[in-house]
Amino acid sequence: MRRRTLIAFGISAVMIIVALVMVFIVCPTEATMGNIQRIFYFHVPVAWNAFFSFFVTFVFGIVYLKTRNPKYDFIAESSAKIGLVFATLILLTGMIWAKPIWGVWWTWDARLTSSLVMWLIYLAYFIIRSYISEEEKKYRFGSIIGIVGFIDIPIVALSIQLAPTTHPKAMIFNDGLHGTMLLTLLLSIAAMFAVYFLFMFLYYDLRTDEYEIARMKKRLLKEND
Amino acid sequence: MDNLGYLFAAYTLIWIGLCVLVFDIMRKQKKNRQEIETLKDKIEK
Repeated sequence: MRRRTLIAFGISAVMIIVALVMVFIVCPTEATMGNIQRIFYFHVPVAWNAFFSFFVTFVFGIVYLKTRNPKYDFIAESSAKIGLVFATLILLTGMIWAKPIWGVWWTWDARLTSSLVMWLIYLAYFIIRSYISEEEKKYRFGSIIGIVGFIDIPIVALSIQLAPTTHPKAMIFNDGLHGTMLLTLLLSIAAMFAVYFLFMFLYYDLRTDEYEIARMKKRLLKEND
Repeated sequence: MDNLGYLFAAYTLIWIGLCVLVFDIMRKQKKNRQEIETLKDKIEK
């Protein structure tokens, strides 16, 4: 493991432990939903990180198209991978939270549907990439999907304001969270950002190693010809 | 209305899922590093 990954691993571990202590020991139980509301302290940070991941994919997609330097595509692809993992966790933790509160695992309302569409877009990002064998073409198509796919992110974020939905409205910006609950949420968000950077280093190093292997194999093949 | 089973399921899913992913990436990285070393040796010969 490289030094920066090791540091990110240590920071993530400490921040996760602090966040878990806050969530399960320090933070008071919410009056209406009871203990199940504690899912909120990871459901929301995971969602914010998924949006951030796709934003990074969007930005580095543009940078790749401008520079044609593969390392920018590796950053975009790594971030999309993390975003897809986080998006999967949003859907799963959301369903686990919905069942005891709404009585159903899933409902086709604006927030849930747009989140599922987001998940499908980034799943398609990887499926399409896997079908393209030519490297430069793969990076170019990946960048374009990463840029166009980002259109769905503001739709997901604003869906609770723009459409009738059973999903709760954002509380953090509406003065709906106070004291320990707000602090717990902010610490959980920080912990998830640390996890994001840990995964970014891991996936980026993995991708550059794969690139190096492909390059060396090509060189060997040329030398043998 | 505590639904502790659901709460446990959600947190277990998040943290076990992320840990499995970290160790899977580390395993792949180790395999790649070995392959890089083997290829380097072949190129140098």
